[in-house]
This record gives sequence, structure tokens and C-alpha cells, in this order.
Amino acid sequence: MVDGLIALMMMVVRRLPDALASPFEYAFMQRALLTALLVGGVCGLLSPFVVLKRWSLLGDAISHAVLPGVAIAYLLGWPFFVGAFIAGTLTALAIAALERHTLLKADAAMGLMFTAAFALGIVIIGKIATNTHLMHILFGNVLGVSAEHLLLTLITTIVVVTVVWLGYRALLIYTFDSTQAHGLGYNTAAIHYGLIVLITLTIVASLETVGIILVVAMLITPGATARLLTSSLPRMIMVSIAAGVIAAVVGLYGSFHFDLASGGAIVLVSTGLFVLALLLSPSHGLLGRLRRKPRVL
Amino acid sequence: MTDVTPAPALQIRDLQAGYPGHLVLDGFDLSIERGQWVMIMGPNGAGKSTLLKVLLGPLKALRGDIEVLGRPLRAQRRAGVLAYVPQQEDIDWDFPITVRDAVMTGRFGRLRQDPWLRRLFAPRWGSAQHWQVVDESLAAVDMSALAQRPIGALSGGQKKRVMLARALAQQADVLLLDEPLSGVDGRSGALILEVLAEQRSLGRTVIMVSHDVASARQHADQVLLFNRTVIAYGPPDVALTDRNLMRTAAPEWET
Repeated sequence: MVDGLIALMMMVVRRLPDALASPFEYAFMQRALLTALLVGGVCGLLSPFVVLKRWSLLGDAISHAVLPGVAIAYLLGWPFFVGAFIAGTLTALAIAALERHTLLKADAAMGLMFTAAFALGIVIIGKIATNTHLMHILFGNVLGVSAEHLLLTLITTIVVVTVVWLGYRALLIYTFDSTQAHGLGYNTAAIHYGLIVLITLTIVASLETVGIILVVAMLITPGATARLLTSSLPRMIMVSIAAGVIAAVVGLYGSFHFDLASGGAIVLVSTGLFVLALLLSPSHGLLGRLRRKPRVL
Repeated sequence: MTDVTPAPALQIRDLQAGYPGHLVLDGFDLSIERGQWVMIMGPNGAGKSTLLKVLLGPLKALRGDIEVLGRPLRAQRRAGVLAYVPQQEDIDWDFPITVRDAVMTGRFGRLRQDPWLRRLFAPRWGSAQHWQVVDESLAAVDMSALAQRPIGALSGGQKKRVMLARALAQQADVLLLDEPLSGVDGRSGALILEVLAEQRSLGRTVIMVSHDVASARQHADQVLLFNRTVIAYGPPDVALTDRNLMRTAAPEWET
């Protein structure tokens, strides 16, 4: 399936001018491009929910909390994403439990749990792995994505797209007015934890591309950009996916041509898109505001 | 058929509810007949919001038994029997959604009963009959002209009317409203009361939390004065005596 998708993608790429297309004759660049497309897309799909639900800090917490999972999986010889997924989910559950059973508020509960998990990860990795390995996990390297990781990213994308599609109305109503979701008999706990699981999966799948430290940017910035440009959720999702994909692909390019850290390059492009939207948005843009009179209701 | 008298719209027995270390309702009983317009009045902290939260689901009752139209509360929620109009502060008005799409969320319970193939693309495609109900509901609260506006671009009264339209679109037997008259302009307030009167005439039960004694005297079938426990429950002229109002301790009310 991965090979088929790569072949399909290359049919499009080969129609581009040679200067753009030539790097993608290498197999590792083909894998990197497909990974970037998927990661940008799936992050862009979830980003509006993270932004609207005000879960930016939770996303940051889960992404950092993944580190000890990676380390322990490495110790036990498991695939790293299994450990990462377990650690991310456990931390999310621990945050929810702390919030519910103590007087701590959400931000303190998150800050406490994810720094603890991250510290554990740093300590373990410091004992077992080389610095390059640690750097790779922390900051990502899309040019070195393995075939298995690409497959994992593809499966994650399929799962997230399917769940968001089938659960779209539940996610919309839970994000917009959770009391109404309760009142209509939706299983709100399932929606809540389902969304957390999707975010964790996406973070794990994006690790090799953008790295632990910056992955949360891909869950915040595309949605924030889209929020400035749209006023309905379906359109916000579309624009967010586009912003995520553009950032990932352009960032990959920059990473290849100028030998930049891929995670940093992708997030900088993403932030650049946000700044453009901030300046140019028809309804929220700063430039438009100079010309427009204040809105009167 | 042995069941001669229909089950009440709402039957609460021995309800205990609250927050960790702080019981708000304890041993609370209430029975509301079908087709009644009931106004629940009490000071802040009386437990009105707690009661609504238990009925709608965000707060689980610690003890007690609640039936709606003779069936357990949970099943009736899922059946879409309870519609809800929130207080203005409980909604994120910056949410990117148009008036018409927000009202459509009131149909989401009904959408679950559609064939799965139609549900796959709902509500955008294949939901014509649902959109028709949405548009009728918007017309009923005189908001058709603003259907495509983002909800954030509305005045206070318009926001309330949109939330009322969402509840109407649900075509529910029981309407729960949390202070639908607070913070609205006179025209919106009158329109809301008119729409609720019509709902009652259709046989629906209207349960609203209110601070407005004047509208209670004029419209309510039953008034529940309430501060942790029931102080008075009956028709407005019986319940709304000066003595009862005093006992409910609500200095902010105007009589």
C-alpha cells in the first residue's frame, strides 16, 4: 500500500519542473515527502479541535510525556511507537485523575505530569543512548524516516480520518457545547478520551518528522491559522489541513536544500503561514483593520 | 391498558447531588405534570444549576431516581426528549459556526435514527428534512434573516433566540431553559415568552430557571420557589406570596 501511494505521489511529482522534482528520485526523499504529506494532513485535521477545545497545553503535555515511553521501548526492544503511545495515554489519564481528585487545576496538573514524564525520559535515555539518538527523538529528522515508520504514519492517518469522519457530529457538538452533548445522550467520556487517543496517535506518528519538542506546534499553528481565515468548522478543517501540508512539504524542501533541522524548518514555515494569515485575513487581518471602520452591531 | 393516568413529565425522588465535600441537593423530590409551564426560582447557590446539570448529564446524581415521561432519565436523553437552552455564559460565542449550523446541532439526536448511509454525509448532504425543521425553528424565533451569520456576531437577545431555536429544532417533549430572559432586550424577551407559550399549547412541558417574578405571575402554570429544598410549589398566586419570596431570601428580585 505504501509503495502504491508513493508511485501515485511520484506521478504528480514528475510533472513538476525538474528543479523541484529531482530530489525526489531518491527513495529516502520519496518516503520523506509522503510522510510529510501525511503528518501535515493529519495534524491539520486535528488542530482545529485542539485549538477550539483549548487543549494546546494538553497537546504539549502528551508530546513531552511520550519520551519515557520511547526510552523504555528501546530498553525492552519494542517498537518505539508502542512505548510512546502507552506513555502518552497514561500521562493523559494521570492528568485527568489529578484534576478530578485533587484541588489542582488543569494547567498545574498538566505541567506537573508532563515535566515529570519528560524528566524520566531524559534520565533513562541519558543512560542508554547516544546524543545523536536523543537529538533525533527530540527534534525529528524527516529525511531519515524508515519504511516501518512511514507505514505507521499511514495507518494513523487512516484511523484518524475515519474516526473524525464518522464521529464528526459528536466531536462538533462536544467541542461547541458539551452540556448539549450530554443532554442528547452522547457518551461524552468516550468522545473526550477518544479525542485524546487520536491526538496521542498523531503525536507518535509525527515524532520522526518534527520531534517531541515541536510536534505540538503542528497541532496548534495550522488550526490557529485557519481560525483567522474561516468562520465555520468544516472550512476551518480544510484550511488547517492545507496549512499543515504546505508547512510540512515546504519545510522538508528547506531541510533538504539548506540542510536545516527538519522539525524546526516545518514549524517555521507553519508559523510563517500564520503570520501571513494574521496580516492578510479579510475578517481578522491587521492590514484590513487599518482600512476598515470598527464593526458596529 | 392499566396505565390510566399518564406518567408525569418529570419525577424526581430523593435526589442527592453536589460536588466533592459539598452537597447541594439532598433528599430532593419534585414532580412536574405534563404540559405545564414551570418556573424555578431561587437565589444564587440555591441549586438550580445543579438540578439542571443533573437532568442534562454533566453532573451525576449521588443518589436518587429520576424519570422523564415514565422512563429512566438516561434513556430519555438518548431519545432526545430533553432539549436545553443554556445561559449565555455557558457557550463559546467565538466558536466558528453559523446560526443555521448551530441550530442544526439540535437535530443531531434525531440524525442518529437515519439510515447509516445517509448519516455518513450528514448533516451536509441527504438531510433535507432536518434542514427544513431547522429553518422552521429559525423562523419561529424570527432569526431567518441572520441564518448565515457567525453566532459571535449577534446581540444578547439574538443569541438567546438562536439557542431557543436549537431547542425547538429538537422537537423535544421537555424543554429546559436556564434563565432565558436574563440579558435580553424587551422584544426578544416577549418573543421568547410567546414561543414558549406556543410550545406549551402543543402539549410540551416547559421548565425554566428564572429571576423574573413578573413573567412568572403572568405565564407560569406552576412556580417552584427553591433554596436547597422546596419552599413553595404551586400556581403563581399561591406560591408567589410576599412571605414565600422573603423565605426564599432573594433580595435581587423585583416584585
